[in-house]
Amino acid sequence: MSILTTLQLLPLFGAIVIAAMPVGNAKLIKQIALGFSLLVTAVSIVMAFGFESSNNALQFTESRTWISAFNINYAVGIDGMALALILMTTILVPIVFLAGWNESENGRWSVKTFYILLLILETMMIGVFAATDVFLFYVIFEAMLLPVYFLIGGYGVGDRAAAAMKFLLYSLFGGLLMLAAVIGLYIISTNQGGGTFDITKLSELTIDAPTQNWLFLGFFIAFAIKAPLWPFHTWLPTAAKSATAGTSTLLLGVLDKVGTYGMIRFCMSFFPEATKTFTPAIITLAVISILYGAFLAIGQKDINSLIAFTSISHFGFITLGIFALTSQGLTGAIFYMVNHGFSTAALFLTAGWMIKRRGSTQISDFGGLQRVTPVLAWSFFLAGMSALALPGLSSFVSEFLVLIGSFAKYPVAAILGTTGIILAALYVLIAVQKSLHGETPAPSAGMVDLNLREKIAIAPVILVLVFLGFYPKPVLSTINPTTQTVMTHAGVSDPIAKVAK
Amino acid sequence: MLTAPKLDYALLAPILIILSTALLGVLVEAFIKQAWRAKLQLVIALGGIIIAFEQLYRVRNQTSSIAAVTSVSIDGAGIFMQGAILVFAFLGILIIADHDNFAPQASALPGSTEEATALQSGKQQTEVFPLTLFAVSGMMLFPIATDFITLFVALEVLSLPLYLMVGLSRRRRLLSQEAALKYFLLGAYSSAFFLFGAALLYGFSGNLSLNGLTDAIHGSGGNDVFLLLGIAFLSVGLLFKVGAVPFHSWTPDVYQGAPTPITGFMAAATKAAAFGATLRIFYVGLDAAQVSWKPIISVIAVITMVVGSVAAISQRDMKRTLAFSSIAHAGFILTAVVSLNKNSLSATLFYLVAYGIATIGAFGIVTLVRDSAGEVTDVNRWVGLGKKSPIVAATFSLFLLSFAGIPLTSGFVGKFSIFSAAYESGNIYLVVAGVLSSAIAVFFYLRIILMLFFADATNDSVSVVIPSLLTRISITISAVATIVLGIAPSLLFDVAQNFAYYLR
Repeated sequence: MSILTTLQLLPLFGAIVIAAMPVGNAKLIKQIALGFSLLVTAVSIVMAFGFESSNNALQFTESRTWISAFNINYAVGIDGMALALILMTTILVPIVFLAGWNESENGRWSVKTFYILLLILETMMIGVFAATDVFLFYVIFEAMLLPVYFLIGGYGVGDRAAAAMKFLLYSLFGGLLMLAAVIGLYIISTNQGGGTFDITKLSELTIDAPTQNWLFLGFFIAFAIKAPLWPFHTWLPTAAKSATAGTSTLLLGVLDKVGTYGMIRFCMSFFPEATKTFTPAIITLAVISILYGAFLAIGQKDINSLIAFTSISHFGFITLGIFALTSQGLTGAIFYMVNHGFSTAALFLTAGWMIKRRGSTQISDFGGLQRVTPVLAWSFFLAGMSALALPGLSSFVSEFLVLIGSFAKYPVAAILGTTGIILAALYVLIAVQKSLHGETPAPSAGMVDLNLREKIAIAPVILVLVFLGFYPKPVLSTINPTTQTVMTHAGVSDPIAKVAK
Repeated sequence: MLTAPKLDYALLAPILIILSTALLGVLVEAFIKQAWRAKLQLVIALGGIIIAFEQLYRVRNQTSSIAAVTSVSIDGAGIFMQGAILVFAFLGILIIADHDNFAPQASALPGSTEEATALQSGKQQTEVFPLTLFAVSGMMLFPIATDFITLFVALEVLSLPLYLMVGLSRRRRLLSQEAALKYFLLGAYSSAFFLFGAALLYGFSGNLSLNGLTDAIHGSGGNDVFLLLGIAFLSVGLLFKVGAVPFHSWTPDVYQGAPTPITGFMAAATKAAAFGATLRIFYVGLDAAQVSWKPIISVIAVITMVVGSVAAISQRDMKRTLAFSSIAHAGFILTAVVSLNKNSLSATLFYLVAYGIATIGAFGIVTLVRDSAGEVTDVNRWVGLGKKSPIVAATFSLFLLSFAGIPLTSGFVGKFSIFSAAYESGNIYLVVAGVLSSAIAVFFYLRIILMLFFADATNDSVSVVIPSLLTRISITISAVATIVLGIAPSLLFDVAQNFAYYLR
């Protein structure tokens, strides 16, 4: 049994243990859930040390027959990109548990259900990045929506039922389009010598151009809904507004990454020709997302909506980097995915604490927090700086890579994208100024600062952001082989600079 | 001189066992005193089904095209369908056994003193058991019949008891009787179509058997007016039974009016039997003429999927919603029927079982949700059920998710296999239509789940009765099967693949 399978089974086992416990003892349930998630983190770190980053092939592979009639296998294996994303997931989950220690208590259901759902979700989040069988990927891709649906609908705030429904309908619609494309791929592979869902074998198929275009769209729309790209984004702000801080963190930080991950893993490697055909259109959508997300973020009064719109802008950057089809752009995009996970976590968690203490989600209800609650205020400040990609924080490295990577091929898009950075400064600084500085309104004066648990939760996030900002090499060298493989496969190479003589 | 036909009794035994069990049930009605009947009937019915299944299992590998001259042939798909129908009957009867769903005395006029007396005296209409078994015997014969007379006889044997059973509801009896009458009239009409089609085909081929029809099509080139008319009329009869648009209008009314356990049984077993016969007729008898019927059946498949999914959205009655969902499912199965390859056959077999089991479970749960006046099927009054009875609501959601085709349920594997068969045969537009109508269908399934879990209960919401042991067993089996077939579909799929063939 591969360590990847162990890693997936651990949280599931935790969920079963919790399911067997009585409902009453909420504290013990939380402790056990946290214990399991920390164990998963430990195992994943052990796995990371066993990973050979110089090796291009998939590692820790395992394959077992699942549905023999369709040659469907339980097949897992990871490359650098998947490893980075799995590590991000396993680190974020215990942080979310710790940060939102009490957020499960005002829900429609018990604390127990909350942690069962979260642990099942963790199993699926690891599985979705580890799957090397398209069918397995699809199954997890769809099934993981359900825990999120119940987490938003059962434990969220405001019009949570509607938000959960909107989220699920959008995602399922995309998923069904993808299902048609998955079936198409399978039938094509059947006609070319044996049906398979194996990622490597599928990427070696020869598919004629019109079919490629259709199948590409099937996959891409599903991923564009997931990673919300304009105009498929409208579910995100509602979901982020209603979900608890922890759920939002996992939703935007991890689940939405499945979209951009899928674009690289499936769209680009299965349909290299279609990728080139659609690149201009997608770059356009990406730039629109960057600017649209940023402009709308500036206007938001609700702090969670603000974070949601900044994410739309950031997903625009990631997509721009991916479809720039240069090694810098791609590496930057993958690194951006990791950074965005941590930076969104920092934003949502600190914002969640602010909202909980103040009882309001309106930015204008806060003020002068840096005097009242200095640690919370400075954590929020740092999270904001990470969102605007301040040099010295990890998001700067990735944003810079994406922009220079795309400038080489698409200068106009890169320049427009760069204005997104200026807008980012605007939306972050306005929010920071309104909430952290100035007069403290009376109701905010009594807010208490972070307690030890919350400090422990936020510390590793900030640590990662700063550490990778100064020393991104470990992550970059892990994801570089993926970049090279994808580039070779898609048949693109870096443009050679024209040197004036 | 007339020679007696050679019958292979071992192969026919499952049907004969069910028929004789039904007759035994009739004798019980006549000779055993009232107080013992219900229990005895239940034991006899379940016993008969188990023995029939056992016999079916014994002959699973012996196939023959001459079980009864040219009238009945036993082959893989036939055996599989018979097995599926027996499973549905078993699960269905467990729920039917809860007599609280049936009128104490069906012959009493609604609202009459006679009815009130029957209610008070605690009478039970135990005839429903033999009636069910008669229907089951017809259903088992329908998918293995290979000439038009036997097909028609089977069609009538399965339909007539159902017409009666639809009218047996304990509450809202007028609605139930109206449904029974509607079903009878329209059913008789469609039977007439079927018979007319069969007669025209006989006129074309001069032969009653499906094989003779194929030979005649090969001989004539397949462009004869009798052949085309015959196919058209025959299809109307079949499409009526499977509930395909535009022959679906009886479905919501009958599903709503019938006693809920009967609805569940009908929705699963009738559909399976009708599709079993449809598959055989189209694969064995009309395969050679596919150019003339494939386009129109494809169009009907698309319309059925779309209409079923769209119309379900506007329904406010749970049973009607499920009825329209069953129409949409008929459309999905039709996409596999027109694919005409081995994979589509195994996909259909799997789908029918997955859908049927989930359907019986879902209607089983509908029987449990009641208020003081009995079963409540108004969707709006189900709100907040997840709070009051989380397990019932969760199980119901599981069935809905399976209907919606969400991964890790049997419905997803069914949908996947059907779509891939359709894609394989080149009907990509059917896949696209199927995917889009699935997206529509997902909406109303999710809306129900949303109401169950995320809305607060109002004053007039309903409660769940504590299910009888038998109902509980039936629902549990259905739920477990829905999950197991979703996680490990190979268990059934490999069987379906082995049995997916027709003898010609």
